[in-house]
Amino acid sequence: MEPRTPLSRERRWRWWEPVFWLLALAAPLVLPGQALIINTMAITALFALSLDLILGYAGIVSLGHAAFFGLGGYAAALFAKHVMPDPLVGLVVGMGAATLLGAVASLTILRGTDLTRLMVTLGVGLVLLELANRFDALTGGADGLQGVVLGPVLGRFEFDLSGRTAAWYSLSLLLLFFLLARRIVQSPFGATLKAIRDNRLRAMAIGIPVTLRLAQVYTLAAALAGAAGALHTQTTGFASLDLFEFHRSADVLLILVIGGVGWLYGGILGAAGLMLLQDRISSVTPQYWMFWIGLFLVLLVLIGRDRLLRPWTWFEGRNA
Amino acid sequence: MLTLLFDGIAYGMLLFILALGLAVTMGLMHFVNLAHGAFAMAGGYITVLLMQRLDVPFLVCLPLAFAGPALLGGVLERTLYRPLYRKPHLDQVLFSIGLVFIAVAGADYFAGSTQQIMQLPEWLKGRTEWGSGAFMLGMGHYRLFIIALCAALTVGLQYLLARTRWGSRLRAAVDDQRVAAGLGIDVNLVFLSTFAIGSGLAGLGGALGAEMLGLDPSFPLKFMIHFLIVVAVGGTSSITGPLLAALLLGIADVAGKYYIPKLGAFIVYSLMIVILLWRPQGLFVRQGGRK
Repeated sequence: MEPRTPLSRERRWRWWEPVFWLLALAAPLVLPGQALIINTMAITALFALSLDLILGYAGIVSLGHAAFFGLGGYAAALFAKHVMPDPLVGLVVGMGAATLLGAVASLTILRGTDLTRLMVTLGVGLVLLELANRFDALTGGADGLQGVVLGPVLGRFEFDLSGRTAAWYSLSLLLLFFLLARRIVQSPFGATLKAIRDNRLRAMAIGIPVTLRLAQVYTLAAALAGAAGALHTQTTGFASLDLFEFHRSADVLLILVIGGVGWLYGGILGAAGLMLLQDRISSVTPQYWMFWIGLFLVLLVLIGRDRLLRPWTWFEGRNA
Repeated sequence: MLTLLFDGIAYGMLLFILALGLAVTMGLMHFVNLAHGAFAMAGGYITVLLMQRLDVPFLVCLPLAFAGPALLGGVLERTLYRPLYRKPHLDQVLFSIGLVFIAVAGADYFAGSTQQIMQLPEWLKGRTEWGSGAFMLGMGHYRLFIIALCAALTVGLQYLLARTRWGSRLRAAVDDQRVAAGLGIDVNLVFLSTFAIGSGLAGLGGALGAEMLGLDPSFPLKFMIHFLIVVAVGGTSSITGPLLAALLLGIADVAGKYYIPKLGAFIVYSLMIVILLWRPQGLFVRQGGRK
């Protein structure tokens, strides 16, 4: 058997995948009133996709992924405000900044245990938060960066108030980056990542350059997170310290776990599900939202994700 | 100068008492318990509410602030935490973040979202000054009280760990659970009591710190990071490590905020990253220790 056969079989598209994307792209047209939330969903999904690359496929636990989201966001916003308003160039600038930070920060995830990694990733996010807060001349500090005005996408599509252009802009980029991520995790490169996730020592023994691979995937994930952040500030026209906050890193981790780690659609479905739920519950009060999400998390871990989300499996025989 | 040092030490001591329980769960039981701050918050709220609503004296509140969270910690350990000891770290992180969210929402629901004001008793309010000029040492009585109390607790804990039967059981259970169980040590009971004491200490720290750190429902999220820093930087193989780390960070934080207020907490976070990159297992780790 050709050694590449399992990879190419995995690479084949399932029937429901094109349907899913067509539905997603049609959503702003069918539900014009919901375009803003669709836009937010697409951005969050992209952010979750990026975390999935490092958590689900390379097994790196991170509590500071918002660092890249925030940096991408601020870079894109500043670029739009001071240099030029074109969204796509701004996106590239945001991604570039996040990629640079990712390459530098990838040095920090190579050493130590899970705990050290949690702390260092958390720390990087906090340092950026503090920097954004202190350099208020540039970033607007706690008030946020106001007055980000963007030109039309590709010189043709103006951002409108209903958010439809924004939704399509974000959705198409989500699709683009999803295809990229899909191609990457189903390549031999992706296979080496999974090998490292499953057993780092064994991966090293069969000659996989573990350190290099981890650094590469971390940088790549940082770039995607930066793109998500850039989309966020571009479509809202506003950048604030909130981009770097811890809860953002925690939320995206949550989204990924709910949707399913190590499955690219997991982040997308998790983002959609959680945002809908949040929209419903937090219209009552934000405190209740925190309580329910906390309760859900505790149950999720205690009962187990599979058993909680697929209750019908409780009654089948225990053949696991 | 000296006043800053003094304030830094008081802050560091407080951090140490707050973080000690976390050092135990994280370092000894290998459980990433991000919900530790919730126990501290519980202690803080017990004290503030008892003093405000029922006029209970401050010194009576402190033991209650220890007992309440200790009990809570014991119950939670038995029911929720124990099944998770062997789960992956990611599960533990998610679980404890969930607990934090519940605690934040709960505190908000029962006590309101505003900052709670702590009324110190009269005899703790004053301030004593010695010397003059650059070597002037101004000591707030309350900070002096915190330093004395925390120092006493530290010595007591060190004694408990190093000299008593319970301490040797804990050390045995930590070094090798299976062998310890084989020797007839009830590992579950040892862990339960350790967890309860750790939570109690957090509660006491929360009660003491309510005046210095402020107390509102977001407390567990705000200070979670500080506790984690102390533990991660100090390493978890002894209690001297977290103690020195807490003092170092307390002084660095107070001095940093005084001399370069523009950078704020930036100094502490950067210090942590540098230290962790240099020594991923923590600064003061017993060489040749397991893991």
